[in-house]
Amino acid sequence: MAYSEKVIEHYENPRNVGTLDKEDASVGTGLVGAPACGDVMRLQIRVNPETEVVEDAKFKTFGCGSAIASSSLVTEWVKGKTLDEAMALKNSEIVEELNLPPVKIHCSVLAEDAIKSAIADFRAKQAKRSEAAE
Amino acid sequence: MAIELPIYMDNAATTPVDPRVLEAMLPYFTQKFGNAASRSHRFGWEAEEAVDYARVQVAKLIGAASEKEIVFTSGATESDNLAIKGVAHFYQKKGNHIITCKTEHKAVLDPCKRLERQGFEVTYLTPAKDGRVSAEDVRAAITDKTILVSLMLVNNEIGSMHPIAEIGEVTREAGVLLHCDAVQGVGKVDFDVERFKVDLCSISAHKMYGPKGVGALYVRRSKPRVRLVAEMDGGGHERGMRSGTLNVPGIVGFGKACEIAVSEWRADAERLHALRERLLGRIRGSLEEVHLNGAELPHAVPGIVNLSFAFVEGEAMMMAIKDVAVSSGSACTSASLEPSYVLRALGVNEEMAHSSIRFGLGRFTTEEEVDYVGDLVVSEVERLREMSPLYEMYKEGVDLSSIEWQAH
Repeated sequence: MAYSEKVIEHYENPRNVGTLDKEDASVGTGLVGAPACGDVMRLQIRVNPETEVVEDAKFKTFGCGSAIASSSLVTEWVKGKTLDEAMALKNSEIVEELNLPPVKIHCSVLAEDAIKSAIADFRAKQAKRSEAAE
Repeated sequence: MAIELPIYMDNAATTPVDPRVLEAMLPYFTQKFGNAASRSHRFGWEAEEAVDYARVQVAKLIGAASEKEIVFTSGATESDNLAIKGVAHFYQKKGNHIITCKTEHKAVLDPCKRLERQGFEVTYLTPAKDGRVSAEDVRAAITDKTILVSLMLVNNEIGSMHPIAEIGEVTREAGVLLHCDAVQGVGKVDFDVERFKVDLCSISAHKMYGPKGVGALYVRRSKPRVRLVAEMDGGGHERGMRSGTLNVPGIVGFGKACEIAVSEWRADAERLHALRERLLGRIRGSLEEVHLNGAELPHAVPGIVNLSFAFVEGEAMMMAIKDVAVSSGSACTSASLEPSYVLRALGVNEEMAHSSIRFGLGRFTTEEEVDYVGDLVVSEVERLREMSPLYEMYKEGVDLSSIEWQAH
């Protein structure tokens, strides 16, 4: 399979590989995919609760080069965005940016799911906190 | 010594032509170009002579009693098709049951599936975890309707070897024909159609340092005499079993490759054994959670080393070692998005199947190449594991099977 230059570039120099403390209330974690399917993405965001701006993003991915590149790209994109902006991210934008072939579109879908799941996790944590505060 | 990139380590897919083979072939393209079926002039006689000589060379390698038992084909896919469908259609009055194994090559499984649609019954044996079926498994599956057992000598993905000699005892006693796809084993391991009691045997030149596009089917002529319905209608070449003008240069090269294998296979096998140990030692010495798929030696061919690197996906791994030509059982490398059916038939879990890499060592693989590949694999697996959420969870002591994954 031939990869686009952008996939290779992200694969060889992945941005924001790492781990944030998932117990931290300002951190949202999305873990999507399944080992049996050949890809698992974990995307984490650190969000400023006041401004809802994503201040940091980290990922770890088990998957092919396109899966790694998709998650790397998403961490780059969401940094500095508000949660609403990040929520609006579409997998088709990833496909376009990385020039993914049809068989690799599921990698971009997974990356979109991962960011949405991380945002949902963060929001659930915040809701719990405000409930506890009431 | 400087390493030349890329490194070819996919010798189970195909092998380079041995220079001695090429040399033998060359005159048959330009000077001795005759049609082996031309009976009326010297060009034809010369070509026919060359083909007959090659027939003897092939027969000798597999221990055939007579060179007349060798039918030249375009390769092992054709040989497998001719053997299975040819036998099924000839003996269908005698019975309609065929026995094979889930891990056979598609060139065996797909003809079996076609026969099923035509009313034949096929038993697909499940191999043990090491990829092997036993003679007992075969004996238990034979019914009074069984006409053919088709099992491979060496599995192309994992290198495991069925005990063909023991299975041959069972089939001969039961009066059932035994077809063996010996593509990955001939010229590499001990094999002899007489001693192993094999009745039909498929071989291919390009897996043993010969050219692509030529192979053979061994068809036993006595005790028992095997009969076939031909697949191809035409000029009645190859004693009516395979019509079509013979690929004379290819056949000459095939013969030469067989002749070399007769005198060198033992030395090759010993060298490959040492290279295998070297590669495994280098990788297993530095990495945890590396699993060998298939059987251990001596129940496997030394040149095929199939490893699963847990927590790392196979295609990402191949991309990481892009200057090394290998194969993966990962879904992502196939059009179907399904991981290897061979590994799944062994009961290897899907995650491990996605993490598998097949290294194919061959006659021209060097120690330096093995060292280079071993070191590269270690450093790249380490890099990818640092990126893998599964490895992090494993290190934290999380049981990965306890997690409810969101399959998509």
